[in-house]
Amino acid sequence: MANGVLVDITKCIGCRSCQIACKAWHSLDASYNLMNGNLTMPKELNDNNYTLIEFKENKTSNRAWKFIKKQCFHCKEPACASACPVGALRKMKNSSVIYDQWLCIGCRYCMIACPFNIPKYEWNTTNPWIRKCDFCDDRIDDGLEPACVKACPMKVMYFGDYKNIVKEAKRRIKNNPDKYINYIYGEKEAGGTSWIYISDKPFEELGFKMNIPKKSYPLITWKNSLSKILWEEAGLLAILGSLLYLRTRKDKKGDKN
Amino acid sequence: MNTKAISDHKFFTFKTKILLVLSIAAIILIIYRLIYGLGRVTNLSDTTPWGLWISFDVITGVALAAGGFTITFAAYIAGWEKYKAIAKAATLTAFIGYLLAVTGVFLDLGKPFSIWHPLFFWQPHSVMFEIVVCITIYTTVLFLEFLPWLLERLNILTGLKNLLEKKSVILVLVILGIMLSYGHQSSLGGLFLLAPDKLHPLWYTHFIHHLFYLSAICAGLSMVSIETIFGSNMLKKPYELNILEGLARGTSIALLVYFLVRFIDLAINNRLIYVYEGSIESILFIIEISLGVLLPMVILSVKNMRLSIPALILSHFMVIGGLLLNRFNVVFLTEKGLQSNRFYLPSWQEIIVTIGLISLGIFLYKIIVINLPIFNSSAKE
Repeated sequence: MANGVLVDITKCIGCRSCQIACKAWHSLDASYNLMNGNLTMPKELNDNNYTLIEFKENKTSNRAWKFIKKQCFHCKEPACASACPVGALRKMKNSSVIYDQWLCIGCRYCMIACPFNIPKYEWNTTNPWIRKCDFCDDRIDDGLEPACVKACPMKVMYFGDYKNIVKEAKRRIKNNPDKYINYIYGEKEAGGTSWIYISDKPFEELGFKMNIPKKSYPLITWKNSLSKILWEEAGLLAILGSLLYLRTRKDKKGDKN
Repeated sequence: MNTKAISDHKFFTFKTKILLVLSIAAIILIIYRLIYGLGRVTNLSDTTPWGLWISFDVITGVALAAGGFTITFAAYIAGWEKYKAIAKAATLTAFIGYLLAVTGVFLDLGKPFSIWHPLFFWQPHSVMFEIVVCITIYTTVLFLEFLPWLLERLNILTGLKNLLEKKSVILVLVILGIMLSYGHQSSLGGLFLLAPDKLHPLWYTHFIHHLFYLSAICAGLSMVSIETIFGSNMLKKPYELNILEGLARGTSIALLVYFLVRFIDLAINNRLIYVYEGSIESILFIIEISLGVLLPMVILSVKNMRLSIPALILSHFMVIGGLLLNRFNVVFLTEKGLQSNRFYLPSWQEIIVTIGLISLGIFLYKIIVINLPIFNSSAKE
């Protein structure tokens, strides 16, 4: 079943229960950060933080304080999975994009490829892994919702069948046209993501990347390069072969004369 | 070239000793890196996952080794006989270059000892997979091209040596080499097809893999020219102006083709406006194109310049510099798109390893040129 999560940014109160739940479920260590004027804590996603709430203070137009849940978007056609030379990152039937540390060689091309800059690396070990949100793959398979969804007291996140969550997003926007921006972030970005967002403030003001092409990333490399390469090689072989043939024939003629 | 002059050559000159010291320093740091991991020796981070080793040692290094397939194409496929004299040297440089690039990849991988995984766990939708497979096979091909010279010197396995020196076998290896080179030289650019949202539009295009291939040919020819000039210096023999002139003409034409393709591509995609943008990116682009492509192209299109050693050295180094800037721009501007304004500067360890690996390459080249029939037997042909 194609799962998905609808994140309704208007509902989040910034309690960070989701962060704690994620750490608990994945047995990650606590992060220690000093306060420095921004309440986002920890400061960024890294090898020890799969999810976090970004505290965004909008100081320009219509002042607001927004709390944005960040984690892997679990693209329908993930750029990272198509980039990985060994297939260590895979899109599963339950919609999660998961990582196999035994296959990984550590080339870090997934970090370059991901349009949302999600995969993070363990820089300080000798056997480093890529670390990222795994959609609580194991929990979903057991019929449970992801840990962060379960922990949320405000029901910010709505977990369910992908079709239903898109329907729900559209319903909410339609019923409250004055409240919501008429845009579902993630519906089309990078060919569509399993996590989608709705908001009452423009997404660009909340720090969402708006320049992500609305098409499948794996198809970009496949269409422009990889699908053609065998034909190009065949063409090259034909050209080289005929060049060589013509030249040797000319040489032989020259010898006879 | 007579063998006597080569064997009389004093091996451990001051320069050679410096090369050796740098190589040893690099090897010590490499061992340190393998024991303690990437974080301890590099300045890489989540916002700059690829640093000096990937951008220079691997991506630039492979492009500079493109002389191997271009010269063998000229000598064996196109049949321009004069290039046979440098075909061996070019193949040797390519072989050493690829060994260094593979070493660079090995070091840079988070799990270096899993480097063989792509050969067994296939993922044909990945550009990286294609590169790994092509480079592995091509390095093998280069080794097979190199092997007969080693066997000749050691005077063993004469049967294998004769087989590898058969004309048909050489031609198969040359054709394989050209095809594999097209595959991975272009795919090194193809890696960045997945960065449409990160790479600046002056570099990002759906044609980027072809641009990488074309620019690699330019820089490969320049590299071979420089190497031929310095080779003559090292062995104290007269410059082979006939060959150098031809290479320079080839470089100039290759630069013209590259320039035209790049600009037509920009024009078709309506991206020429970004050239006048005035941003850092546009300035980098203008430097890259004017100094690295246009100026050497113009200089090398003049016959007198093609016969002047200083002009050749200058313009070929400009081409190489232009290629280096191009690859740095692509890698680091892509990473600029990985959010944050954190600035990456390589650590001293990364720099020493890079310099040390190049020194090791030159050192190996010198040992091989002095001991194996790279230059002398080619005169016989």
